Amino acid sequence: MPGRTVTIEGIGFWTDGLPSWQAARDFVAGGALVADAPRKPSPRLLAPNERRRAPETVAVALEVALAACTAAGRDPASLPSVFASTHGDLAITDYMCATLASDPLTVSPTKFHNSVHNAAAGYWTIGSGCMHASTALSAFGATFAEGLVEALAQLADGAETVLLVGYDGAAVGPLESTSHSRGLLGGALVLSRAPGNLRLRATLVDGTPPPATGALSRHAAGNAMAPMLPLFEALAGDGDVVVLDAGPGRMLRVEIAHG
Amino acid sequence: MDVPRVPQVQPSPAPPVLAITAHTATTALGRGRDAQANALRGRRGGLRRNDFGDGVAGEQRLDTWIGRVDGLEDVVLPATLARWDCRNNRLAWLALQHDAMAERVDALRAHRGAKRVALVLGTSTSSIGATEEAYAHLAGDGRHFPSGLDEPIVHTPHSLGHFVQQLTGLRGPCITVATACSSSAKVFAQAARLINAGIVDAALVGGVDTLCGSVLFGFNSLGLVSAAPCRPFDAARDGLSLGEAGGYAIIERAEPGQPGLRLCGYGESSDAHHMSTPHPEGLGARLAMQAALARAGIEAGDVGYLNLHGTATPANDAVEARAVAALFPDTLHAGSTKGWTGHTLGAAGIVESVFALIALEEGLLPGTLNSDARDPACGAQIHFDNARSGSLRYAMNNSFGFGGNNCSLVFGTA
Repeated sequence: MPGRTVTIEGIGFWTDGLPSWQAARDFVAGGALVADAPRKPSPRLLAPNERRRAPETVAVALEVALAACTAAGRDPASLPSVFASTHGDLAITDYMCATLASDPLTVSPTKFHNSVHNAAAGYWTIGSGCMHASTALSAFGATFAEGLVEALAQLADGAETVLLVGYDGAAVGPLESTSHSRGLLGGALVLSRAPGNLRLRATLVDGTPPPATGALSRHAAGNAMAPMLPLFEALAGDGDVVVLDAGPGRMLRVEIAHG
Repeated sequence: MDVPRVPQVQPSPAPPVLAITAHTATTALGRGRDAQANALRGRRGGLRRNDFGDGVAGEQRLDTWIGRVDGLEDVVLPATLARWDCRNNRLAWLALQHDAMAERVDALRAHRGAKRVALVLGTSTSSIGATEEAYAHLAGDGRHFPSGLDEPIVHTPHSLGHFVQQLTGLRGPCITVATACSSSAKVFAQAARLINAGIVDAALVGGVDTLCGSVLFGFNSLGLVSAAPCRPFDAARDGLSLGEAGGYAIIERAEPGQPGLRLCGYGESSDAHHMSTPHPEGLGARLAMQAALARAGIEAGDVGYLNLHGTATPANDAVEARAVAALFPDTLHAGSTKGWTGHTLGAAGIVESVFALIALEEGLLPGTLNSDARDPACGAQIHFDNARSGSLRYAMNNSFGFGGNNCSLVFGTA
């Protein structure tokens, strides 16, 4: 990774009031929130009945992943993928724990298999017919940075193109008292070794990122995936260097060339 | 759903030369490597009648067998780590105290530098057992976690990685991989990539999963839990036995001429089929195995031992047997060790990798415990009896998870 530069071929984004990357770019440029934005994405990759039943974290992850692939002109079935989420689906965790505390034998089998941290990765590979490798990881505040490091390591290890998706949903029920996450937020990048105009390079360094003050960071500050937002703000505007939380006392310094 | 297009397996441009310089596991068979080797050699299983859980979970206790690690209830974490206390982190701590693993990690940190060592750990449910406990004892208003169970870092998947980071003082990338039952096999692949990319020089990898209501009642809801000790690849198998375990391995860039164990290859794939049912022809499993062989630069016939995923569910074992028969010659010795340990879920990858490393070290090839009537789907590769080999060069481990998430690893010696 040291010194290795990769191309950003496509970007996907969704949060409350900003249901696309274009809406996010307009917002960063001083625009307003989209007034009639949907409350939950409706990802085309899922069959209509699954779309309604899908956990909100799965819905947002698939929505931004497909948007990034579409922007990149890449077939989703052709890409290995990295799904990064701090908490997974807290609504399902709440359901599982509440049911186990009251009547464990009534646990729903569908909710159980949707409770795995790689649920979004699973639905993505099933929906797109992708048989390439897919992973799901968590690193608390450093989740997105560690996902980006893994995506860059996959490119260094021989992959031509990699999909990276960061997402988190809202805490519900008693979990709200410990797992601090509000709203729904997802961001995705298609990263490639192929040449391109928008490029990125990342290095791990010591330090703690300064408080994020950009428009997206202020809008979605309460979501657990907010630590990724400084990068999306820089991509939306003309930022050329950002630092992301990469764990206690460590940061991922990301340099961007807009070409 | 689209018809999956089968990706071509690409050989690695520069195969990694990665040494495995330490390994350990703690399971229902006991604490540390030798306890595992002795139980495998003596064909002594670790399953017991389900005695896990209290309160409502105890009243509705499932009629099944479990691979429980003795003594976790009595583990007291060092005072500085009390914040992270929960069953899963206790097992993470306990597993690090064997085979001099804690001392080896200290030496590794001193030798390589803390920032040059990654920490990549796998788990399926991490410390959700503590979240379940909090829900069973909510504070008066029913909306808050009770005091003593309200540490945010315990109620999130990265509880495991964050805890072991505090425990070891490592400062390289620190990741919790959570791809269900392939989690702690994939940590080997991710660590290898981090080393190959020059981000670090070494990694502590591993996995920890502990028994909890979510997995016992969750797998029960899918009809996948057996009332008897699990019987992998038996014609009459009727489900899995759940277990808990923790384990670690150190991976380092090999020095020229350095003898010892090697991580030779890794392969990862997706079934693109169903969230909780494997691909009917085992296509994803086969792709993962082929990719691991290709990266290792070896033929299927070079592998002497394969630790199968072999969960003893009707679907998994039939599909895996078919995929193995399609890929390997009859001379392979393949078996499932789930009858010894139970299915340790997110820890299965590290536990069964340690078993593959023991096979390479001792020539001990475990068969399959509790099974006696072979499923007709089994090829000649699948063995119930243990065997010995004086010439084992490569050993392989399969781990497959929900979401159709597959990982195969190839280990060798140099």
